Amino acid sequence: MSTKTATLANGQQVNFKQPNRGGILLTILAWVVGLLFVFPVLWMVLTSFHSEADAATNPPSFTAPLTLAGYRSFFESAPWPSLINSVMASVVSTLLVLVLAFPAAYALSIRPVKRWNDVLFFLLSTKFLPVVAGLLPIYLFAQKVGMLDNIWLLILFYTVMNLPIAIWMLRSFLAEVPSEMLEAAEVDGAGLILTLRKVVAPVVMPGLASAALICFIFSWNELLFARVLTGTVSQTAPVYLTCFVTSQGLFLAKVCAASLVVSLPVLVAGFAAQDKLVQGLSMGAVR
Amino acid sequence: MASKKWLVLTSATAMVATALAGCSGAGGGGGGGNASGGSGSGGAVNVLMVNNPQMVDLQKLTADNFTKATGIKVNYTVLPENDVRDKISQEFSAQAGQYDVASLSNFEIPIYAKNGWVADLTDKANGDSAFNQGDIMKSMTDSLSYEGKIYGEPFYGESSFLMYRKDLVEAKGLTVPDKPTWAEVADLAAKLDDGTTKGICLRGMPGWGQIFAPLTTVVNTFGGTWFNEDWTPGVNAPEFKEAVNFYVNLVKEHGEAGAPQAGFTECLNNTMQGKTAMWYDATSAAGSLESADSPNKGKFGYAAAPVNKTASSGWLYTWAWAVQKASKNQDNAWKFIAWASSKEYEELVGKQLGWSRVPAGKRSSTYTNADYLKEAGAFAEATKAAIEGADPNNAGVQKRPAPGIQFIDIPEFPDLGTKVSQLVSSAIAGQMTVDEALDQGQKLAEAVSAKYKK
Repeated sequence: MSTKTATLANGQQVNFKQPNRGGILLTILAWVVGLLFVFPVLWMVLTSFHSEADAATNPPSFTAPLTLAGYRSFFESAPWPSLINSVMASVVSTLLVLVLAFPAAYALSIRPVKRWNDVLFFLLSTKFLPVVAGLLPIYLFAQKVGMLDNIWLLILFYTVMNLPIAIWMLRSFLAEVPSEMLEAAEVDGAGLILTLRKVVAPVVMPGLASAALICFIFSWNELLFARVLTGTVSQTAPVYLTCFVTSQGLFLAKVCAASLVVSLPVLVAGFAAQDKLVQGLSMGAVR
Repeated sequence: MASKKWLVLTSATAMVATALAGCSGAGGGGGGGNASGGSGSGGAVNVLMVNNPQMVDLQKLTADNFTKATGIKVNYTVLPENDVRDKISQEFSAQAGQYDVASLSNFEIPIYAKNGWVADLTDKANGDSAFNQGDIMKSMTDSLSYEGKIYGEPFYGESSFLMYRKDLVEAKGLTVPDKPTWAEVADLAAKLDDGTTKGICLRGMPGWGQIFAPLTTVVNTFGGTWFNEDWTPGVNAPEFKEAVNFYVNLVKEHGEAGAPQAGFTECLNNTMQGKTAMWYDATSAAGSLESADSPNKGKFGYAAAPVNKTASSGWLYTWAWAVQKASKNQDNAWKFIAWASSKEYEELVGKQLGWSRVPAGKRSSTYTNADYLKEAGAFAEATKAAIEGADPNNAGVQKRPAPGIQFIDIPEFPDLGTKVSQLVSSAIAGQMTVDEALDQGQKLAEAVSAKYKK
């Protein structure tokens, strides 16, 4: 990297680092890759503001007039029950996961139970089976116990599905808590609950936030179970989205508008937790 | 202040959980499981249906008309075609009883009836004089019956015919016969193809319900068949090969751009926007070609499905209503069907949404309705003739082991048809020859025939 010296108005001399050719190429490459990732999303946003006829043209039209018709037809189609179901399934299951995973992670890292290694491996092993392999037995079970088309069944599944991930994530964060802090708390006479609440929780807050966000995203986006186990009453937003796809007629603009609305909560949650998330994910990644 | 936050979080969780306990979800009318609930005094009916535009209209009109008159609340679940087929087969094979009514086609209904998954509607249909079963076209009733009993009522129906641009044909001094042969159509396609406007649009997209809907009718009229009466497969027989070669060559030489990916929707777009001069497809497409926002409205002519060795060649397809055998709401389910498939419902759609949106193609009376004819006059007669002329029990030139025109009515056909369609689609894309594709297809068909051959 070559350097260039510039003199400021006050006579101070500053050295600028000049990027060499390799650096420029890397920067361009990074931009290209970045744009490639963002392009489908931008395209979806643009298409959602086109009319159905413009959205279906080939070659695609960038300059077609903008309209809110796609959004209008989405909101006129009564999406609220499915959105409420999605909120309920993801929020309740995420809270349940946190309530269960936090103490479990404590017992697997700070005060490890006997054979904690086996427990961790068992938790991981629950993710070995492809989800689709369990689908039919689960459907038949739900039918027999009369839980088909019941949002609580989805909440139960989302909790169970996300629990191992959350425990593994939180465990790596808890392992970062310095043992001196825990010893100090113990010396000061803090009990287990108080230690968890006042000593451990504040330290691993980024971890809790990232675990919560990941669980929320996973359950918000889940389609396979929701499609098979829900019906008229407990249909979630991803299942509702699919109903805009039709084999007769045009639907691209409507689907783009609907997808954008349905992705909003995840985007908002992601932005809100951005700082904590980056901190949390990188902290977990170091280990 | 951490403890306060925890307190708030915990109590909020508890509150949400308590508030929502006992509730199974936000949608529907509280009918849930067996739909014993519902807000109206008349109970509720749970309906699982495909999201075609006619169904979306039905959804809009239900509350203010059907529910208002009967007190029966209808909870709809609407899904795309492939998803709805999966979900219905899962629901009906398990006899889960979650849904009372489902939209099924004339492909599924005889199979489901044989399996005992759908309720016999014969007595209800014949006992309901207002419904007037006699007004339903005979070919429709036949295709929705099994062993003489009715298991489904059509919502709308279609056959296939040739749609063409009258203005382009006249400009070249050509004429399209009312009952053209495929040789004549190929000749017209060559003469109408000027590079920008292609001669003809024919589906090339893989899928038993995509390319093989029109292509099987071509195979039939060329004298081919998927299976002979004793289940001997005929996929690489000379007639089958001749038909597929003809179709593939026609679409390669004078067909639409991007043919291997073109299905119904793509051909509809091409024809609407004037990129193709002719189109052989579903009669129900005519409603879209003649709709108010269609750029070439009024310029289309309609001719019978082209033939070669048979007298007629159109397919027969309908989206129909069937009642799950395990449903505990059989009476309400029939009331819903009798309303949705009625003459009155067609009039309601005509008056409120426009006559071009009527779910037609099932009742003879539709084609004597002056209001409908005013809107659909261009294609009404051709559509009616095509539907009435289609005979699922007597397609092609030879006897068949199972009914069906553009399909063979056995549960294995979707899988077989889709796999062979992928090969034919590759042939259109130039990745293999038609003969290679069909030789491979024959092996797939042999595996199916082994199950049936005695």
